[in-house]
Amino acid sequence: MTSRSIAFLFFFFFSCQVIAEIAGFPFETEAEEQRFRELSTELRCLVCQNQSLADSNAGLAQDLRVELYEQVLSGNSNKQIIDFMTNRYGDFILYKPRFTLKTLFLWLTPITLFIIGVVTLICFSRKQGEYSTEQVSDEELNKIRSLIDSEDNKK
Amino acid sequence: MSQPVENQSIQPKRWVYLLPLGIFVGLVILFFIGLELNPRLIPSPLIGKPAPSFSLPRLHHPGEIFQETDLQGEISLLNIWATWCPSCKQEHPVLMQIAKANKAPIYGLYYKDDPEYGVEWLKNNGNPYRANAVDKDGSVGIEWGTYGTPETFIIDEKGIIQYKHVGPISWQDWKDKLLPKIQSLREKSDV
Repeated sequence: MTSRSIAFLFFFFFSCQVIAEIAGFPFETEAEEQRFRELSTELRCLVCQNQSLADSNAGLAQDLRVELYEQVLSGNSNKQIIDFMTNRYGDFILYKPRFTLKTLFLWLTPITLFIIGVVTLICFSRKQGEYSTEQVSDEELNKIRSLIDSEDNKK
Repeated sequence: MSQPVENQSIQPKRWVYLLPLGIFVGLVILFFIGLELNPRLIPSPLIGKPAPSFSLPRLHHPGEIFQETDLQGEISLLNIWATWCPSCKQEHPVLMQIAKANKAPIYGLYYKDDPEYGVEWLKNNGNPYRANAVDKDGSVGIEWGTYGTPETFIIDEKGIIQYKHVGPISWQDWKDKLLPKIQSLREKSDV
């Protein structure tokens, strides 16, 4: 492959979706714009549920982007803005579920299953290890050796 | 010589082998329940909270103000609707029936639409609403957590939101869900 086609494939597969919807919101500082970008990708559009506020062009998403824009400009903290959204739309508006009693199962299941898997693996392999090394008596070992020797002698 | 005894302790109990199957069946059941759930029905965090405050012009009397305190005093319904919303039009005859049943007044939040269209629509098709507030830019809709019109709230006499229905109300919904809720609220307030 030429370097040109490699470059083409790279840009083809790793190109990001251009977030066009957040254009038209002018900010004075880089930090504000950054905050707006982050929040609008963290919040879900409730109309097109698999899109963030930044991606969706639903009417409600546009309204919420305006709301978000005004709140960022007026200097509200990220927490204040997220609270504003969840107080009205519930936790569902957050792409990343919060760690609460209700979501405990959701958050802890993967790590719990992982730990169970690792512990099981260690237990099994350790026991098998014991079996293969320690359970063979000298007597048996000699037997095995003589068997191997006799096989070798045949050749 | 001691080998057979050791061998037994290495073998895990038989039920352990059934564990993965058990977990698998459990997950399948969980996923099937998940498939039955409607992701469009998002529980409202507003239930049990006072109605968000607003102050908007009335649809038929733009000079007059409609605000959340107007909802207090009796159990009422607040229906969020627009003429651009086909499900709202589908729901309209049921609202007419509910208004006729006279169990609770229906108020409207006329959402992101031109007042002229609303007045025209209600003139031609009947008006189930006691009053309508015009939320032209949708900002009050955001306060109420609106994401898919029509939405209907049941608000008790103290102005506390007690129930939310998303999507058009069918007569069945009214009989099975909204009316029983209204009746139980009424019983509670009578006691």
